[in-house]
Amino acid sequence: MLFKLSIKNMKKSMKDYAIYFFTLILGVSIFYIFNSMETQTVFLNVTSSTREIIQLMIGMLSGVSVFVSFILGFLIIYANQFLMKRRKKEFAIYMTLGMSKRKISQVLLIETLLIGTISLIIGLFLGVGLSQFMSVLVANLFEADLSEFTFVFSQEAMLKTLVYFGIMYLLVMVFNTISVGRCKLIDLLQANKKSEKVKLKNPIICTILFILSVGALAYCYYQVTANAMTLNISSIGKLMIVGAISTFCLFWSLSGILLKILMSLKRLYYKNLNMFVLRQLASKVNTTVFSMTVISLMLFLTIGILSSALSLKNSMTANLKELAPIDFQASKEWDLYHIPADNQRQYVYTEEEKQDSLVPITETFKKLNIKESYFKDVVVSHYYGTDEVTYEETLGTKREYVSQNFPAIHWDYRELMMSISEYNELAKLLGSPTYQLKNDEYIVIADFDQMVSIRDEILKEKPDLTFGGKTYHSKYDHTVEGFTEMSSNHINTGIYIVPDDAVNQSMLMEEIFSANYHADTKEGKYEIENAIQEPAGEGYDEGLTTLNATSKISIYEASVGLGAMVTFIGLYLGIIFLISSAAILALKELSESSDNKDRYMILRRIGTDEKMIRHALFLQIACFFLLPLIVAMIHSIFGIQFANIILSTFGDEQLLPSIIMTAIFLVAIYGGYFMITYFCSKNIIKEK
Amino acid sequence: MESVLKIEHIEKYYGNKGNLTKAIDDISFDVEKQEFVAIMGASGSGKTTLLNCISTIDRVTSGHIYMNGEDITKLKGNALNRFRREELGFIFQDFNLLDTLTAYENIALALTIQGEKSKNIEKKVLAIAKKLNIVDVLKKYPYQMSGGQKQRVASARAMITNPMLVLADEPTGALDSKSARMLLENFEYLNKELKATILMVTHDAFTASYASRVIFIKDGKLFHELRRGDDTRKEFFDKIIDVVTLLGGDLNDVI
Repeated sequence: MLFKLSIKNMKKSMKDYAIYFFTLILGVSIFYIFNSMETQTVFLNVTSSTREIIQLMIGMLSGVSVFVSFILGFLIIYANQFLMKRRKKEFAIYMTLGMSKRKISQVLLIETLLIGTISLIIGLFLGVGLSQFMSVLVANLFEADLSEFTFVFSQEAMLKTLVYFGIMYLLVMVFNTISVGRCKLIDLLQANKKSEKVKLKNPIICTILFILSVGALAYCYYQVTANAMTLNISSIGKLMIVGAISTFCLFWSLSGILLKILMSLKRLYYKNLNMFVLRQLASKVNTTVFSMTVISLMLFLTIGILSSALSLKNSMTANLKELAPIDFQASKEWDLYHIPADNQRQYVYTEEEKQDSLVPITETFKKLNIKESYFKDVVVSHYYGTDEVTYEETLGTKREYVSQNFPAIHWDYRELMMSISEYNELAKLLGSPTYQLKNDEYIVIADFDQMVSIRDEILKEKPDLTFGGKTYHSKYDHTVEGFTEMSSNHINTGIYIVPDDAVNQSMLMEEIFSANYHADTKEGKYEIENAIQEPAGEGYDEGLTTLNATSKISIYEASVGLGAMVTFIGLYLGIIFLISSAAILALKELSESSDNKDRYMILRRIGTDEKMIRHALFLQIACFFLLPLIVAMIHSIFGIQFANIILSTFGDEQLLPSIIMTAIFLVAIYGGYFMITYFCSKNIIKEK
Repeated sequence: MESVLKIEHIEKYYGNKGNLTKAIDDISFDVEKQEFVAIMGASGSGKTTLLNCISTIDRVTSGHIYMNGEDITKLKGNALNRFRREELGFIFQDFNLLDTLTAYENIALALTIQGEKSKNIEKKVLAIAKKLNIVDVLKKYPYQMSGGQKQRVASARAMITNPMLVLADEPTGALDSKSARMLLENFEYLNKELKATILMVTHDAFTASYASRVIFIKDGKLFHELRRGDDTRKEFFDKIIDVVTLLGGDLNDVI
């Protein structure tokens, strides 16, 4: 009997539950897709280093999943409580018929069980289906060949989904039972009769608060853009809190002030149903200030996460062509005997290592069985240094500022130098421009933005450099963009290029070996890569100085892998945030549709055109959806800029495409929820 | 006098062949200009169905309703809405005021949906509010008003568009006797001074006694008709009570 009632209830309220149901299914399938990543990547034909990154990604995704399950859990419980409110009258009828609260709880229990089971089944089916497409995307992102289509199904992910959502549904049941237990018949019966009390806020307080919150937000915006470089973690945290609170105040005051302003625009206010729409909106914003704030901040996070994750991925791979132009590079520190005693190296070198440090890098290769025949276009270059030219010497004038930004700096470390002829030889190989120096000139090569700006500031004065009894003048009043070692990012903090006779063997600090692989095909290069990778990394075991080896292939794989990881986590969180905020808005709107139904009926009775009513409904829902989005977008304009400044080492050329991608996601998911809400509401207010 | 409303042999059936309910069973009558007509009947007699058919909220099964010569049973869609908002004014038992709007806005709404220019609105609202004695509640919300005030606001909303016919469905149903009397006096004023034609449905003899004519309905049929003529309200009330007694015990909630 109870079962039958539950089924009947579900069928009847299917329309109202559509959004709830839709959200559950979406949640389940997304949860499944991102947790089945392991199975999706198993079939990919990738190198072992990529495999490691994939493992790391899977680990992180499952960590993120815990967080996501909290969000989804909160969303489901919240949504469910919302729907419960709508059914007060129904419960009242049960209770007047003499049904006990326990029985009502049982009805709800069965309903939750049914909805849960059905949504899990459909969601999992959808998830398995979508994950087939996802594996194509995965293969694409990791730049792996997906030679043949394999159907992927992850039992593990399915079980995980079942367990996580099972727990959420259990919580829903508990909450339902509690709220049924709290019900009073008289409240339930009168639930529908309570007409809304319109509380008008004091316009003066509203105006003051509005100005204050706008001011506070402007301050935050200014801080994260103009002063971004000087911020540390705690001040960022403070700014975030200030931002969140002022967003709340903004919504609170806006609901009061906006109506007042629009009311004074008589021509607009007293036109068609405008005043009705505005009142509806104002009363809704009035009662949902908190959720509006949460939703707005979530949307802000979504936009921020999605666009920076996507742009991070793009720019990481985009810089590689320029930053990793040759196949292989290895460096080796020279003469560990003469490392200054007072610096704080954590590792103490063994005598063996110290001895080995006096062996040229090519000899070390021979020892490690790295054949000469692997390489072509070989260039060996050297870094020099002297205690006469330390960071203290070159950056000392900006000491405070440098320490703030690079707290780990050792002021007694030597600046690295390279002779002009060696640099030009290396630059030719790397495809960078070459330079000419007079006997008493130097230039500084750098490409790490933050450092470049500091060095530029210092070089403006064209300071002289004195070492080895000779003085050198700066050729330019700025740094020159360039690098000597391959990496995935612009990280060259500065190399002094000096005339050839300014350096000598006693100043030698490091040897750099640069070369291309002696192979023309991709396969040939991979073969050499694999042959070198192991011995080059095994220095310690052999009691030798470590070789600092990088290769084009490993940089590419690491970047691609890291990019893919960031993309996936960004997508995962972004989509979940987006769904949550859109679902809350949709539910709020729909749950009030019964009140609205009466209001729209009154409008119809006094002879309002259907077209006008539809327009009013559309306007009302559109504004309700747009308001938090607009605030979030304004936040994002500055938030993305901030992220861009912070992540500037990754390059900023790639922002536009990622913003377009983010917009597509927003329109698809948020817009989708909006359309569903509109059509459902239209259905609800339809005259029977 | 010319008739505003002409009802010809209308019928309204509910249900199917096996179980047919005749809510209205062949009713015909006219309402003339500036008349104040009350339709009386017990609950279930079909008076609200009749009002719904006239107000085009419901459709007749057969027969015709002419308003100023136009057959409103033939109207459809937006023409219906246009007719409703331009030719009719409504007053409901439960007021049907929008709880999110102030009294002023509720009254103005009837104008804005007709596309009235905003500069005219204020003038018109204030004028009708003065006549109905609700100027001091214009800034209030429905929950801040008494039932009588609410119904007068609803009357103002119904009257502001100068409708050809004002339809009132149990207007005193939710009011205490003092508010009811005040409202009915307002109705008289609207009828006499503003030359409004009012058709009111009620089951209350006291309310009906304010009308100039009372039509009695029983089981979907016209039962009797009373004209006030030169009677005082008290005399007219007594006559109505006589008919109610004749109607039988169904109409037992008279004063």
